Amino acid sequence: MTGAGRSTTRSPEDLATGWGVDGVSVHFGHVLALDRVSLWVGEGQVTAVVGADGAGKTTLLRTLVGTVRPDGGRTRRPAKTRIGYVSAGPGVYRDLTVSENLAFAAGAYGVRGRGARDRIEALLGRIELTAARRRLAGRLSGGERQKLALAMAVIHEPELLVLDEPTTGVDPVSRAELWRLIGGLAAHGTAVVMATTYVDEAERAASVLVLLRGRTLLIGTPQSMVGSIPGELYELAERPSSPFAWRQGASWRLWSPDGAAPPEARLIEPSLEDALVIGQLALEAPGGSELAA
Amino acid sequence: MLAMALKELRQLGRDRRTVAMMIVLPVVLLVIFGYAARFDVTSVSTIVAGPNAEGVARTLPDRFNVIATHADWNRDQAEDALRRGQATVGWVTSNGRPTVVLVDGSNLFGAQSALRVLAASSGTVRPEILFNPNLETSYVMVPALMGMILVFIGTVATSLGVVRERQTGTLEQLAVMPFRARDIFLGKILPYFGVAIVDLVIVVIAGLLIFRVPFNGSVPVFALGAILFLFVALGMGVLISTVSQNQGQAIQLAIMTLLPQILLSGMIFPLDSVAIGVRWIGYLLPLTYFVQIARGVMLRAAPLDSLLLPMAMLAVLGVIVSGLSVLRFNRDLAPAGGRAPGGRAARRRSEAAA
Repeated sequence: MTGAGRSTTRSPEDLATGWGVDGVSVHFGHVLALDRVSLWVGEGQVTAVVGADGAGKTTLLRTLVGTVRPDGGRTRRPAKTRIGYVSAGPGVYRDLTVSENLAFAAGAYGVRGRGARDRIEALLGRIELTAARRRLAGRLSGGERQKLALAMAVIHEPELLVLDEPTTGVDPVSRAELWRLIGGLAAHGTAVVMATTYVDEAERAASVLVLLRGRTLLIGTPQSMVGSIPGELYELAERPSSPFAWRQGASWRLWSPDGAAPPEARLIEPSLEDALVIGQLALEAPGGSELAA
Repeated sequence: MLAMALKELRQLGRDRRTVAMMIVLPVVLLVIFGYAARFDVTSVSTIVAGPNAEGVARTLPDRFNVIATHADWNRDQAEDALRRGQATVGWVTSNGRPTVVLVDGSNLFGAQSALRVLAASSGTVRPEILFNPNLETSYVMVPALMGMILVFIGTVATSLGVVRERQTGTLEQLAVMPFRARDIFLGKILPYFGVAIVDLVIVVIAGLLIFRVPFNGSVPVFALGAILFLFVALGMGVLISTVSQNQGQAIQLAIMTLLPQILLSGMIFPLDSVAIGVRWIGYLLPLTYFVQIARGVMLRAAPLDSLLLPMAMLAVLGVIVSGLSVLRFNRDLAPAGGRAPGGRAARRRSEAAA
C-alpha cells in the first residue's frame, strides 16, 4: 500500500516525527485490556491494527487519540485539532444531511468561511456524495456513511487519522473506495492508524500490529511477518493428525515448527493470514512464545 | 407468552435504575403528595401600619401572623409592602376612620383565608383586595402555568440531547474533537434557549389574550427572571441527560423533577401550608422562584429590588446546575484511567465489543 514502509517496531526515540504509543497498559477494573503494547506510525504511513473481537483494538485506538488514559506507558499524539478520528459508530449524525454533517465537523475544527465551503465541496466530490449532499445521513448506505464519517474526520487535514474498523459491514465495492480514499490521504502525508478484522486489508498497510487478548502477537511489516515464521508451511488434501493444522478452502494447511512433514504434503509460501494463524498457534503451543517479526 | 414475560423480566432487571424508580417512586410521591396537598392556610403574614398599629396588632385573630408593625406608615407604604411581597395582609389604622385591611389577591389561598376570618369577625374593618380584586384563579394560575410549561418543554427536550449522542456513538466522536465541556453545555442549550424564548412569548401573549391576565409590571424585569429560569430549566435537562444511559431513563428523570416542581413550588398548593419536612424541597426548585417573579411582576407590578432574592436563587441554581453538567461532561469526555467516554455502562458495552 502506501508509505515508506517504516516499521512499527522502531523505538520511539528513533522517530524524529510520528505518533504512537509505547508500552501502554490499560486495565478496566480487574481486566487487563492492553498489556505493554507499542504502536508507532509515521507521516504518510498506514498502520493496521489487526485482531479478533475483544483483542483490544478499540482500546488501543482510544488510548492513541486520548480518550482512554493508560495505566502505564507513553503516548505521543498531535494536538486535538490535528487528530481525525472515526469511531466504530461511525459517529455521523443520522438526522443531519451530508452537507450539515460536514459543516458541523468543519465548525468543530475551526474551519470556517470560504475555506470550509471549498473543503466541503472538494470532499463531497472525493467521496462521491455531491449529488447526495442534501440526503439525511441516516438514509445513506453503510458504505456511504463510512465515507461521510471519513470525510468529517479529515475536513481539517489532520496529521494523524485514526479509524476504528471503517470497513466492517461495508460491501466490497465501498471497501475498495474507502481504501482508495485512505491511500490518497496517506499519500498526502497523513499518518493513518486503522483497526480491521480483515487480513487482506492489513496486507495493504505499510506496517501491521496484531493483537491477541490485549497482547502483541505480531508486529512489523507484512513481509517481515511472513518472513519471520519459523519452520515450514505445507498444504495437504486430507486432514493431518497435527494440532498445528487448519482448513483453508478445500485443502488443509499444516505448520511444522521443525520442518518435518508427511510425504504427501506440498511446501507452500505462507500468506499474512497464515502468519497470523501460525503466530497464534505458536503462542498457544506448550512452551510457546510470541513470534518476533 | 412465558418466554416473552421472562425476556421482559430479564431486560427490566438489567435496568436497575428503572426498577429502583418503580419501587421507590410511589412511596416518595405518596409522602410528598400527602404533605404537600394542603389548600388550607392557617397563618397569613400580616403587617400593621398607622398610629394604632401596636394596639391593633395585639387584638388580631391568630390567623394573622403579624410580622411587623409600623406606626409611622400610611396606606401607600403598606400597599407598597404588599406589592413587594413582604406580607399578604396589611392593616392600615388611622385616627377617626375605619381600619382598612389590604389583602394581596395574588396570594389566592392566603387572601381567601384572611377574608374568611374577616367575614366572620364583627369588627368594622373594610377589606380591600389588591392586585386581583375578584380573586380570579386564572390570574394566579396562568403566570405559574407559564413556568410549568417552560420547565416541561425545556427540561424534557434537553434531557434527550446528550443521551442521544451517547446512544448513537457520536459522544465518543465529540470527545476527540477540540471541544471544551462548557462549549458542549452551552452549545446544547443555546438552540433550546431560543425555542424556549419563543415559547415564552407565545404563552405570555396567550395568557394575556385568552385569560385576560393583567401584566402590570416591568417587561424587562419579567424577561430577566424568565431568562434565569430558562437557564436553570434547560441546564437541568442537560444534567439529566448526562446522568442517563438511555432516552427512557432521561424521560423518567425529567418527569421526576417535574412532579415536585408542580406540587412544591407554590403553583397549586401554597408553599406556607406545605409541611416543613418537605417544604425545603420547594426552595431547591426553580419553578418556586419563577412563580414568585411571574406573579409579582404580572399581578403586583413588583419592582426589581423586591425580587432580588428569587432572582439570586435562580442564578445560584443556574450556576450549580451548569457547573454539575460541565463536570459530568468533563467526566464523559476527558480521558480517564482505563475508561472510554460514554458513561460506565456504555463503556462496559463498548469495551466488551472492542
